Amino acid sequence: MELKQTRQGYVDALIELGQEVPELVVLDADVGKATLTLQFQEKYPDRFFNCGVQEQNMLAVAAGMSLEGKIPFASTFGVFATCRAGDQLRNAIAYPKANVKLGITHCGLSVGGDGASHQSNEDMAIVRSFPNMTLLVPGDYQEARLATKAAIYHQGPVYLRLGRDKYPVVPEIHGSFEIGKAKILKRGQDITIVSTGIMISEALKAHQQLTDSGISTRLIHMPTVKPLDDEVVLTAARETAGIVTVEEHSVIGGLGEAVAGVVTGTHPCPVQRIGVQDVFGESGMAPDLFDKYGLRAANVVAAAHQILNRIKTKTP
Amino acid sequence: MDIGVQENQLSELKLKCNHIRQQIIKMVHHAQSGHIGGSLGATELVVSLYYHLMKHRPDDPLWPQRDRFVLSKGHCTPVLYAVLADLGYFPQEDLWTFRRPGSHLQGHPYQPKTPGVEATTGALGIGFSTALGMALVAKQRKEDHYYYVVCGDGEIQEGEIWEAAMFANKYKLDNVIAFVDRNYLQTDGNSEDIMPLDPLAPKWEAFGWSTFEIDGHDIGQIIETVTRARDCQGPVMIIANTVKGKGVSFMENAVGWHGGVPSQEDTDKALTELTNGA
Repeated sequence: MELKQTRQGYVDALIELGQEVPELVVLDADVGKATLTLQFQEKYPDRFFNCGVQEQNMLAVAAGMSLEGKIPFASTFGVFATCRAGDQLRNAIAYPKANVKLGITHCGLSVGGDGASHQSNEDMAIVRSFPNMTLLVPGDYQEARLATKAAIYHQGPVYLRLGRDKYPVVPEIHGSFEIGKAKILKRGQDITIVSTGIMISEALKAHQQLTDSGISTRLIHMPTVKPLDDEVVLTAARETAGIVTVEEHSVIGGLGEAVAGVVTGTHPCPVQRIGVQDVFGESGMAPDLFDKYGLRAANVVAAAHQILNRIKTKTP
Repeated sequence: MDIGVQENQLSELKLKCNHIRQQIIKMVHHAQSGHIGGSLGATELVVSLYYHLMKHRPDDPLWPQRDRFVLSKGHCTPVLYAVLADLGYFPQEDLWTFRRPGSHLQGHPYQPKTPGVEATTGALGIGFSTALGMALVAKQRKEDHYYYVVCGDGEIQEGEIWEAAMFANKYKLDNVIAFVDRNYLQTDGNSEDIMPLDPLAPKWEAFGWSTFEIDGHDIGQIIETVTRARDCQGPVMIIANTVKGKGVSFMENAVGWHGGVPSQEDTDKALTELTNGA
């Protein structure tokens, strides 16, 4: 299986877009080696601004640049973009609907060794709660490239959620990318899996295992978490017994609660949320952390069985 | 030095300040909410900029060559809105919708809605950084307009301000002329008790800024200093010593008038004083 970084997809797209969109500029807060934006700087030195270790100033500077007609992409890690600079993200970018894009890496548990201080498992909750924000969570390298290109042509603030690790390349999610549109990868009538970001590879495995045990499983990949593709979620709620959501994020405030929020109002159905269970992470290799914190296909399969068993026991 | 301001112009600007102060009192009284003290204290700064120093076109708020003004101490919208309305950026009667639902005149400046407002500010520190981002673009494009920013002295206790101070020096933003409205009063009391700021000029100089220290109510001095500041090599910080609540005796240097709302009696008294002083 081919493994590639989503952050590389982001920066490859920036370099391509540099030619196409002269107003594109890139800002970083002294993590350009890690976010990979230094690769953009090599090509376009006059359009790259290293703000040093000052995420708060960087986000408001980016807002200012957008007011003068630039399309700034500001990059740093998830924890810093949303927690350290959450005020600037809210008041300088989201509130006035500044045309600023956030290319944010090192999101989720797969940051690995740096530990809980650097593993943002809350950033989706924060970004989702700010009006005007668009939240894109691509599933692999290629989708990160496509999402970056979609972001630049979207008027208004966009948060691109990217990781640190190398993640499986998933050809099933390639092809077109449209903000706000889910990708229905597998049709099924018994149960639905809704996955976002790099969890798609585990979700695909879970789909295979459920299918092998005779359960007709729908698989939806959700690379836009806000605005959510409500219609696809509601159709799944109507047509299958329940939904298992999968995200590399806290079960609080992320994809799972977004999906639950949609179905409860219109067509309530069981929703089981696979994600980090309201705890901080710790240092470790990403695969070990995924095992320990329950972000595996096996967890998805178990949650699907729980929903189906509950329904069976209710049936007279 | 010839600063291009005549005695008769100075008296006109002083009269304008008096009018703006009356509008500030009326707005906050009408809204029963708002920040009077800091607005009265910054009146000469804002009036000198908009009526004498800045090139701008009220009938063409987005004229590309205009100088930009960012009120980073965003709570002092009364002084900014009173000036913008007086200049014709929007109708005078809008002032009586300040802080009301549906109004474009929010408690703190909101750029998308209000003609003439250049940046959304209010969370302290943000306006300053935003102005620097704007100035950086203009400098790269070799445009020759200026970015004027007014910060509160309490505001510069924010860490973001010092991040921004380093940033402006790195990019040698010689198109930025900023002011600290130095009135020594913040919400909870005297700045030197709450979180000492003095000595202020050396702090900015250590961060690579040129500094001037002036009487922030002396219009001639404001105009002369800004004129000189334009020739400085990098960013400029003008420490403007002001009196919070300036122009209304019982509001001067009274911390309670940071966010206090005047009663009908206070309002009448303040307006009478201002009318007699005009």
